[in-house]
Amino acid sequence: MSALEIAAAVKAGETSAVAVLEEHLERIAERDGEIHAFNLVTSDLARAQAEAVDAAVAEGRDPGPLAGVPIAVKDNTCTRGIPTTCSSKILEGWLPPYNATVIDRLGAAGAVTIGKTNLDEFAMGSSTENSAFGPTRNPHDITKVPGGSSGGSAAAVAADFAPISIGSDTGGSIRQPAALCGVVGAKPTYGVVSRYGLIAFASSLDQIGPFAHTVADAAALLEVIGGHDPRDSTSIPAPSPSLLDVLDRGVEGLRVGVITELSGGPGGVEGIAADVAARTRQAVSALEAAGAIVSEVSVPSATLGLSAYYLIAPAEASSNLSRYDGVRYGLRVDAATTGEMNTASRSAGFGDEVKRRIMLGTYALSAGYYDAFYGKALKVRTLIVRDFAAAYENVDVLVTPTSPTTAFGFGDKTADPMAMYVNDVCTIPSNLSGDPAISVPFGVGDDGMPIGVQILGPAQSEPTIFAVAAVLEDVAAKGGAK
Amino acid sequence: MSDRITRDEVVHVAKLARLELAPHEIDAFTEQLARVLEHAADVESLNVDDVPPTSHPLPLVNVFREDVVTDSIDRDEVLAQAPAAESHMFRVPPVLGEER
Repeated sequence: MSALEIAAAVKAGETSAVAVLEEHLERIAERDGEIHAFNLVTSDLARAQAEAVDAAVAEGRDPGPLAGVPIAVKDNTCTRGIPTTCSSKILEGWLPPYNATVIDRLGAAGAVTIGKTNLDEFAMGSSTENSAFGPTRNPHDITKVPGGSSGGSAAAVAADFAPISIGSDTGGSIRQPAALCGVVGAKPTYGVVSRYGLIAFASSLDQIGPFAHTVADAAALLEVIGGHDPRDSTSIPAPSPSLLDVLDRGVEGLRVGVITELSGGPGGVEGIAADVAARTRQAVSALEAAGAIVSEVSVPSATLGLSAYYLIAPAEASSNLSRYDGVRYGLRVDAATTGEMNTASRSAGFGDEVKRRIMLGTYALSAGYYDAFYGKALKVRTLIVRDFAAAYENVDVLVTPTSPTTAFGFGDKTADPMAMYVNDVCTIPSNLSGDPAISVPFGVGDDGMPIGVQILGPAQSEPTIFAVAAVLEDVAAKGGAK
Repeated sequence: MSDRITRDEVVHVAKLARLELAPHEIDAFTEQLARVLEHAADVESLNVDDVPPTSHPLPLVNVFREDVVTDSIDRDEVLAQAPAAESHMFRVPPVLGEER
């Protein structure tokens, strides 16, 4: 059952939230040993939440739009009194004294929080191999990675541990694992979803978003978690976008652009696999057949996004992660002086990739290199913002592959950081520009593993990109992605 | 090995970042950071002198709220999460006179 079907059935008294929950907990007990989507399954809390939903239904009260829907939450989202680790040893055992805004909103909507999902440590990675608690495996093939950093949230939905989940996306961390696990994943416009209680990685890029099996479920989840929050000063002062009402409006007359530089052709970004490029072209043809007006669009600075991102994101991370110093929370390794204690705690608590990015960011911000690296990257960010704005003068949405390849094997890309970083080449531009994007499953590759197609639009164009995704979902369901 | 970043620079940056690296970590990071910085050369070499920087995707500035008292997180609950606390404060080893 989809999340919307569960909510309708629970509200109608056709099933109970407790029964739905137990069914999902059973699947988790059966299979999460091999998948490892969860860092923690919160069975007791979930049972209490499910009972409260059922009590509301019994009393004739409306429990909310996600009544009785189990949801998995990425473990970098603060949950009061429940461990929130960022899959890092430095936060092991920490109990947040407050809830993230999205957690409060999910509770108010009747959702049942089933557990906290695994991620690359502090959301830094594209495979969940950087988790301090071991990797998550792809439910479609457990010898392959689920993508990352929200690999646990993507795998939880793909394995039917929960119909919907929450992730965060700084450079593709929702969309890439969604593509690799064959589910829907969206990064909303920066500022649509409150970041209050999302543990910061790169504050100008981080955005919370939904995972689901269907575009409609992802839309329903985004409607619940979106909207202005006074506790996040970067929250857009507007209500959550209305998506479900306009999901079936189709693409008749819609102007769809294909980004030349991200199509796998000569002169563009290298490394986009032939099967992924072909599937993306097929999706574009399907949109054309559905009435869209297709054209090719050049976004020259798209090729610079990766380099700019891997200076900006580590720079922000090196600053954000300075708070882990062994003083106020988390791991402390005792030493004679506070300075030595800071260093000992950080060295013991952070994993290799986190250290690498802190080092890179500290370097890019340090005297003598600030202008050459961080300063220049910010200017390139302007070029990217300008190029996308120019593209959107001529088209309504842009289509690209989500990930350059299908899911890869464990250890395939861990030796060379750059080999891992290029996974984000198609997803990074929308984090730099702040624009929304959604990945929708569209067929499989030569290896039989899922492929995701990405739809990008200008700021606050969620209603449009979700409607386009719904068309592709429909085409794929009717066998049009084979 | 690339000359994008030297071993000494890696040692210096680690000190700034309050990280202690083992000798084999210093070697690995020197090589890996050099690879990333090589890739960054396409940004470094670009002429963008007349382009303004973008540090944030939203044009929001000076977001204020009404100056009213609201509930805040309970102090004891916060201190309960600290590695060490005493007299309603975070307790740390000696700070002054430590730099050597």
